[in-house]
Amino acid sequence: MRHIISVMVENKFGVLSRVSGLFSGRGYNIESISVGQTLDPTVSQMTIVTSGDDNIIEQITKQLNKLLDVIKVTDLTEFDHVEREMMLIKVQPKTEHRAETLRVAEIFRGVIVDSSAKTYTIQVTGDEKKLDAIIDLLKPLGIKEVVRTGKVAIAREAKS
Amino acid sequence: MKLSGAQILIESLRREGVKYIFGYPGGVVLNIFDVLYDEKDIQLILTRHEQGAAHAADGYARASGKPGVCLVTSGPGATNTVTGIATAYMDSIPMVVLTGQVPTMLIGNDAFQEADIVGITRPCTKYNFLVKDVSDLARTIKEAFYIASTGRPGPVLVDLPKDITVAKADFKYPEKVELRSYRPTFKGNLWQIKQAADAISKSRKPVVIAGGGVISSGAAAELKEFAEAAKLPVTMTMMGLGGFPGDHKLSLGMLGMHGTYFANMAVHESDLLIAIGMRFDDRVTGRVEDFAPGAKIIHIDIDPTSIRKNVRVDVPIVGDVKNVLKDLNKAMHDAGEHVNPHRKVWLDRIEDWKAEHPMDYEQGDVIKPQFVVEKIYEITKGDAIIATEVGQNQMWAAQFFKYKKPRTWISSGGLGTMGYGFPAAIGAQFAFPNKLVFDIAGDGSIQMNIQELSTAVLHNLPVKVAILNNCFLGMVRQWQELFFQKRYSSTCLTGTPDFVKVAEAYGAVGLRAQKPSDVEGVIREAIKVKRPTFMDFVCDQTEKVYPMVPAGAAINEMLFRPPDCPPGEKLICKTVKQELKCRCVRAKRGM
Repeated sequence: MRHIISVMVENKFGVLSRVSGLFSGRGYNIESISVGQTLDPTVSQMTIVTSGDDNIIEQITKQLNKLLDVIKVTDLTEFDHVEREMMLIKVQPKTEHRAETLRVAEIFRGVIVDSSAKTYTIQVTGDEKKLDAIIDLLKPLGIKEVVRTGKVAIAREAKS
Repeated sequence: MKLSGAQILIESLRREGVKYIFGYPGGVVLNIFDVLYDEKDIQLILTRHEQGAAHAADGYARASGKPGVCLVTSGPGATNTVTGIATAYMDSIPMVVLTGQVPTMLIGNDAFQEADIVGITRPCTKYNFLVKDVSDLARTIKEAFYIASTGRPGPVLVDLPKDITVAKADFKYPEKVELRSYRPTFKGNLWQIKQAADAISKSRKPVVIAGGGVISSGAAAELKEFAEAAKLPVTMTMMGLGGFPGDHKLSLGMLGMHGTYFANMAVHESDLLIAIGMRFDDRVTGRVEDFAPGAKIIHIDIDPTSIRKNVRVDVPIVGDVKNVLKDLNKAMHDAGEHVNPHRKVWLDRIEDWKAEHPMDYEQGDVIKPQFVVEKIYEITKGDAIIATEVGQNQMWAAQFFKYKKPRTWISSGGLGTMGYGFPAAIGAQFAFPNKLVFDIAGDGSIQMNIQELSTAVLHNLPVKVAILNNCFLGMVRQWQELFFQKRYSSTCLTGTPDFVKVAEAYGAVGLRAQKPSDVEGVIREAIKVKRPTFMDFVCDQTEKVYPMVPAGAAINEMLFRPPDCPPGEKLICKTVKQELKCRCVRAKRGM
């Protein structure tokens, strides 16, 4: 099963390598990983998407906790959470498809962040399904390049 | 007053109570060695290879319980310690490895003798540091010792660029360490401990499996109290030997691949395993699906990742073994009478197994390696530190010597490093100059770090190396005999030197035993001379380690010595296309 694991780490050089080394060294799979600084500049937040059975996920969270630079590990899959991913798509539609391309972007609340004589670059944010869906629609129109950030996720506040 | 980085380093080591550094100099650590030149309290022990330095520091740590320290130069110096670091990491041994590094401004430039040792050792250290600012140095050393020796211990590497050893800073050694991301659990959960106590009092067929955690947390006394109070039979992993007295009537000896019949049977039939400071290594469990099928498992370990990694666990207790056992003893005491009335039946059953397949061998007219180990045990009355190499020598040393106290058994368990024992024995002898220290070796392993004879001779360390010489890489040969149709591919060690002459060439003592009646005299002589000694025991080449759980079998599926085992079977060496003629054997036995 897929899990989204949120890992709070020391913002130091080599930490990403320790975390990724743990996954590669023990044969665990990373589907996506994203890292960024938190409000506290000495702390970074990683969002790791991984998959495995319960035993593997238990080992992954335990092994992450054991790493010295890891401050806190949360398996967000266990909690109500919000997850988002951002994608930039460069489309090169034929002239007759340019309007259609803009319409698709609009349906998905995409933003045109760059345009040239032949291309549009569309920024879309959403969950994985949404991003996959827009790719499906734009593919026949001519996608040139796609860049995805990997997931970021945050736990929802408990209501009341 | 400002001190140079090199001075800060040595001053910090002094604050940590370091007496010996095992090391080897080189270009980028010259400043540190220069400070050591005038140093009175800390002695640098010059080994003859950096791997030897790392193993010696490890052996020192295992014997004394204090972190071992080693210091080497950058590049090849640093990479030569990697096997030693990985050895210590697998066995959770506290060690601080100081490596030189090229100057900060050259890092990443493929400079002369540059290696990314922090990157290389990341997966085999508990933690590692690259010091980039001299004002961080003292705190880094403090943290390195703290991390190495607390929680589940392990090796910590500190990489020191040359310019850092020259740069100056105020020296202030921190009083304590504050690491928000490192908080090992020392106390076990009391509710879980109560569950464990209940399970133990209800159990009809309990077995304790004691591992290396008993040694590293110093819990031998608590374990003895625990086992005696509830009359629990105790088996040990290889790393746990010495954690419970091997001559105790509740001791079952070692379990696992080359464990005793009675330990493996008891574990297999048990209804409750109390696993203490061990990690269910594959050499212990055999085929894991069939491991202790009817048993509940209580698992006590300081490392949460050890729990439920390989086997299911019913009562997990994370904490320091010593603390947990204290609380568990109290919980069981508070619960009142806790020796289950069924216990006697169980212990009698174990006695039957002991009678059925005791640990034995037959001593004929050729020296049996087991006989040598037993003789060392008899002569020293078990009061010695035994280091081993890896292979058959290690298994016989584990099976036929009864370790009575913790820290008397020094052997590479997890990594299985040939060449470990001799330098480790040197380290142990530095920790205890007045104790008898033996390295039980094979003729293969001893050649992997034989250069450390120089170190032993130079410091006149009375380390006694018992070479169980069978002219083969015996353990691999055993597997070839049993599972590869006796195709002895590259296991025949023709060309082995005369170990007596090697010892003498280095200025050590060389002794040889050709026949069983020589054995005792040779051991006594080695003890008497109080100098580094090689004892070359010309052993039966066909001897194998039994019992044996073949790879992939369950631990109750053991192989035993076949009753019709032909004595003195001929081994053919393919390399020289003839019956094996080992120099030393030929010399006196005219083979």
